[in-house]
Amino acid sequence: MDFVLETKNINKYFEKPVKFHVLKDISFSIKKGEFASIMGKSGSGKSTLLYILSTMDTDYTGELFLNNELITGQKHSKLSQIRNKNIGFVFQFHYLLSEFSVLENVMLPAKKLAEKSLAEIEHDAMEKLRMLDIEKLAHQRASRISGGEKQRVAIARALINNPSILMGDEPTGNLDSHNSENVFSIFKRLKEEEGLSLLIVTHDEDFAKRTDRIIQMEDGRILD
Amino acid sequence: MINWRVILNIAKTHLLTKMKSTVTASLGVTFGIGAYITLVSFMTGLNEMLDSLILNQTPHIHIYNEIEPSEKQPIALYQEFEDAFNVVNSIKPKQSQKKIHNGLPILNYLKKDKKVYGATPQLRAQIFYLSGSIELGGNLVGVDIMEEARLSNIDDYIVEGTAQDLKNSENGILLGAGLAKKMSLKEGDRVQVSTIKGDVFPLKIVGIYQSGIADIDNIQSYANLKTVQRILGEAQNYVTDINVKLYDINEATAMASSLGKKFQVKATSINEANAQFETGSNIRNLITYAVSITLLIVAGFGIYNILNMLIYEKMKDIAILKATGFSGTDVQLIFMSQAMIIGAVGGILGLFVGFVLSKLIDNVAFETEALPTITTYPINYNIWYYIIGISFALISTFVAGWLPSNKAKRIDPVRIIRGT
Repeated sequence: MDFVLETKNINKYFEKPVKFHVLKDISFSIKKGEFASIMGKSGSGKSTLLYILSTMDTDYTGELFLNNELITGQKHSKLSQIRNKNIGFVFQFHYLLSEFSVLENVMLPAKKLAEKSLAEIEHDAMEKLRMLDIEKLAHQRASRISGGEKQRVAIARALINNPSILMGDEPTGNLDSHNSENVFSIFKRLKEEEGLSLLIVTHDEDFAKRTDRIIQMEDGRILD
Repeated sequence: MINWRVILNIAKTHLLTKMKSTVTASLGVTFGIGAYITLVSFMTGLNEMLDSLILNQTPHIHIYNEIEPSEKQPIALYQEFEDAFNVVNSIKPKQSQKKIHNGLPILNYLKKDKKVYGATPQLRAQIFYLSGSIELGGNLVGVDIMEEARLSNIDDYIVEGTAQDLKNSENGILLGAGLAKKMSLKEGDRVQVSTIKGDVFPLKIVGIYQSGIADIDNIQSYANLKTVQRILGEAQNYVTDINVKLYDINEATAMASSLGKKFQVKATSINEANAQFETGSNIRNLITYAVSITLLIVAGFGIYNILNMLIYEKMKDIAILKATGFSGTDVQLIFMSQAMIIGAVGGILGLFVGFVLSKLIDNVAFETEALPTITTYPINYNIWYYIIGISFALISTFVAGWLPSNKAKRIDPVRIIRGT
C-alpha cells in the first residue's frame, strides 16, 4: 500500500516553561486518497503533531516520511521547497495576505514554485476559485471578503500546487455551521473527485465522524 | 533558487499599501542626504573661498634679499684669534642693498625654466601718502601689472578701474581702498606721495585696490615698476622681490631651496609662509565631516526604526509566507529589498534636494567689504559629494534593513500561527 505520510517513533519535548514530554512514540501513516481526522482534547498534542507533519517544526526525534521519502534532517531551504510543492495547509484563522487580492493570494505559492508560466498559474488559480465557487471574488482585496469566503480562498491557495496532502488545523473551528458544512463538503469532494489525501485536526465530532478514519489522541499518544 | 519577481512584487505591495511609513522613511533619508549635500557643498565652498583669499595673494616662491647680519663676523677671519673666545657686541646688519643682486638675469633664468608658469619682478618702496599736512606711512609696490594680472588674481581686487588703465598711464597708481577712504579720494583724483628721502611726486589715481584684508588695504598701493623706480631714483634693474608661480605647487619647497643656494638670495615657498594656515582649513574640513556623518547616521536609525515596526506588523504575513513554502532567505530578501528601495528613492531625492538647496544658497546675496569679488555665498559643486551621499544612503539603509530583516528570516512560523 502506498503511504503519502508515515511517521516512526516521533517524540517531542517542550523545554519551556518546564520540560514536558508532549508527543510519545507517535507512529502512524496516511494512505493515498485517505481522509483522516485527528481528534483529542486541548493539550493532547494534536496540533503539535500536525506542525511536525507539516515540516514547519523540526525540533523532534523519530522519522517522518512524505511519499516514502525521509524528510527528517533536511535543510530548512529544502523543507520550504517540500512544503511549497507537496503540502497544502489550511489554518483555523484564514491567514490570507490582506494587502493582496484574492487571486494574488492564491497564485503566490505557485509563483514561488515557478514551474509554470504566469498565464498558466493565473488560469489554474481561476480554476481552483471556480471549483470552490468563489471566482467572482478573484479581484477583491483579501481583507474585504467574509470569513467563510476567506477560508475557501485559503483552501484554493493550499491546492494551487496540486499537493500530495492537504493539512488543516481546525479549518472549521472559526466558522458557523453553514460554512463548516460547506468546507466539509469541499474536502469530501476533493477526496472523491481528485483523490486528494487529507489530514484534518478538529474538535468537531460531527465533522470527524464523517471522515474515513479518526485518529484519537490523548496525553501525547495515539489511542487505537 | 530565488524568484526575484515574486519577491519584488511582494515588497512593492508592502511599500505601496503602507504609503505613510514608506514616505516617512524615505523622507528621513532624503533630509539626511539633502542636508549632507547642502552642508558639505556650502562648508567646502566657504573653505575654498577663504583658502583662495590667502593663497592667491601668496606667490609659490618669493625671492628677496633679506637684511641680516653676516654669519661670520670679520674677527673670525683673523688668524691670530683663531683659538680665542671672541665676543662681539652690538652686531649690525651686513651692509647691503635691498635690491636683489642680478635681479633681471634671475628673472630671465626663471622665465626659461619649464616648471615655471610665470615670474614677475616687484619693487617695494616705503613711502608716505601726503594729504594736506597729514603724512600716512605705507608701501608702494611697483609691478609689471599685466604679468601680475595673468599670474595672480589681482584683477579681482581692483574694484574701480582696470589693470590696463594702470599700464597705460605713466604716473598712475592703484590706491588701497582703506587709504582712499581715509583721504577721501576717488578714481581720477591725484595723490601726492613722498619718498623717505623727501622727494614728492604727484600720482594719478587710475583705480582702487581692495584685497579684503584691512591691514593691506590701509597701507599698500600699486604702481608700474618703472614709475616706482623713477620715484626712488633707481635704475631699471632695481628690483626688490621676484614672485614665482609654478605649474605644480608641490615643487615649491624644493625649488625655493635650490634657487636660494644658486643665487645667494632668500627664497621662501608658499608652504613655509602658510604652514599654520593649512592646519586651520584641515580642522574646518574635519568639523564638516563630523556633522555630515552625524546627520547620515540619524537618517539610518530612522530607517531601522520603521522597518522594525513594519516587520512587527507583518509578523502574520511572514508566518503565512513561510508556511506556504517561502524560505527564510526569501522573507529576508523581501524586507531587504524594501529597505533598499527606500534608500535608493530617498537618497536620489536627497541628492536633488541638496542640489536645489545649494543652488538657492548660491543665489543668496552675500556682500561684504572684506571680499570684493564675492557677491553670493560660495558653493562647491563637487560630484564626489553626490557619489558619497548616494553611497552612504544605500549603505546605511542596507545596514538598517539587515538587522530587522534577519529577525524576520528567523521568525518561527509555528509560534506565530499557534499564537504562543
